[in-house]
Amino acid sequence: MATVLERVSKVVVDRLGVDETDVKPEASFRDDLDADSLDVVELVMEFEEEFDMQIADEEAEKIQTVGDAVKFIEAALNK
Amino acid sequence: MSKTAIVTGSSRGIGRSIALKLAKEGYQIVVNYSGSEQRALEVVEEIKQLGSQAIAVQANVSDADSVKNLIDTTLEQFGTIDVLVNNAGITRDRLLMRMKEDDWDAVIDTNLKSVFLCTKAVARPMMKQRSGRIVNVASVVGIIGNAGQANYTASKAGVIGFTKTTARELASRNILVNAVAPGFIETEMTDEIPEELQKGMLAQIPLNAFGKPEHIADVVHFLVSDASRYMTGQVLHIDGGMVM
Repeated sequence: MATVLERVSKVVVDRLGVDETDVKPEASFRDDLDADSLDVVELVMEFEEEFDMQIADEEAEKIQTVGDAVKFIEAALNK
Repeated sequence: MSKTAIVTGSSRGIGRSIALKLAKEGYQIVVNYSGSEQRALEVVEEIKQLGSQAIAVQANVSDADSVKNLIDTTLEQFGTIDVLVNNAGITRDRLLMRMKEDDWDAVIDTNLKSVFLCTKAVARPMMKQRSGRIVNVASVVGIIGNAGQANYTASKAGVIGFTKTTARELASRNILVNAVAPGFIETEMTDEIPEELQKGMLAQIPLNAFGKPEHIADVVHFLVSDASRYMTGQVLHIDGGMVM
């Protein structure tokens, strides 16, 4: 079973067309991965689908890096 | 596969005409209505006679849960949403000095908040499919004002601002957002205007005739068709020349 980080990375690579080696936990979607604000909204939409969860707008706004996404999703899955 | 269009408030008036026109052009139609179920079902029946598909969906478009149900039902039934026409609208005309807070809230909610809620709800599936057309029905009075309609004119001017902003925000995803601004169109809504006032209005129309709902429907069809693929954020005036 793929880890949360692996699944998040795959979504990011598919959506943003970036190289997998650039998708590190500390990578910021906007600053390092060249995402615009709408890309970030779309990424969150795709995380919701990939992990079958709802991410509230207030939470979504806090997700700025790959690590933020992984941390949030892991916490939500463990609830 | 045929394309799907949601037309809010399409059991009668301009919305009904738009629904029928798009159906004639091959779209599957979601006929949204608030209260007139019987008439919505008649529109569905007419569309089926035209050889297209349609369903009637009751929804109060100024309520987020109700809008969610409208969108979910559409996706379940037809699988995609290619076109949204934000048409639902009401009037509660009174001079400012007599206008109640209720009159204001009801009109702003139905005419403007509904556009926000429906657009936000369809943006998600449209972003995913990387295409979509949204047409908002504004009004000539949203541009020039009209005594007795502080609430209605504010809502329609609001729709125009909203159209331009969402056009900018969604352009990169190939979602085109435009508006039409009908002038005086003969519908039940305008039937309520006293005859004397109607005469005065006619004098302001260079083409010297009131418009028909079909005049609006034809332009809405243009705005969802391939012919307008390089247009977004525009307001098209269909008013016999009232505004130039």
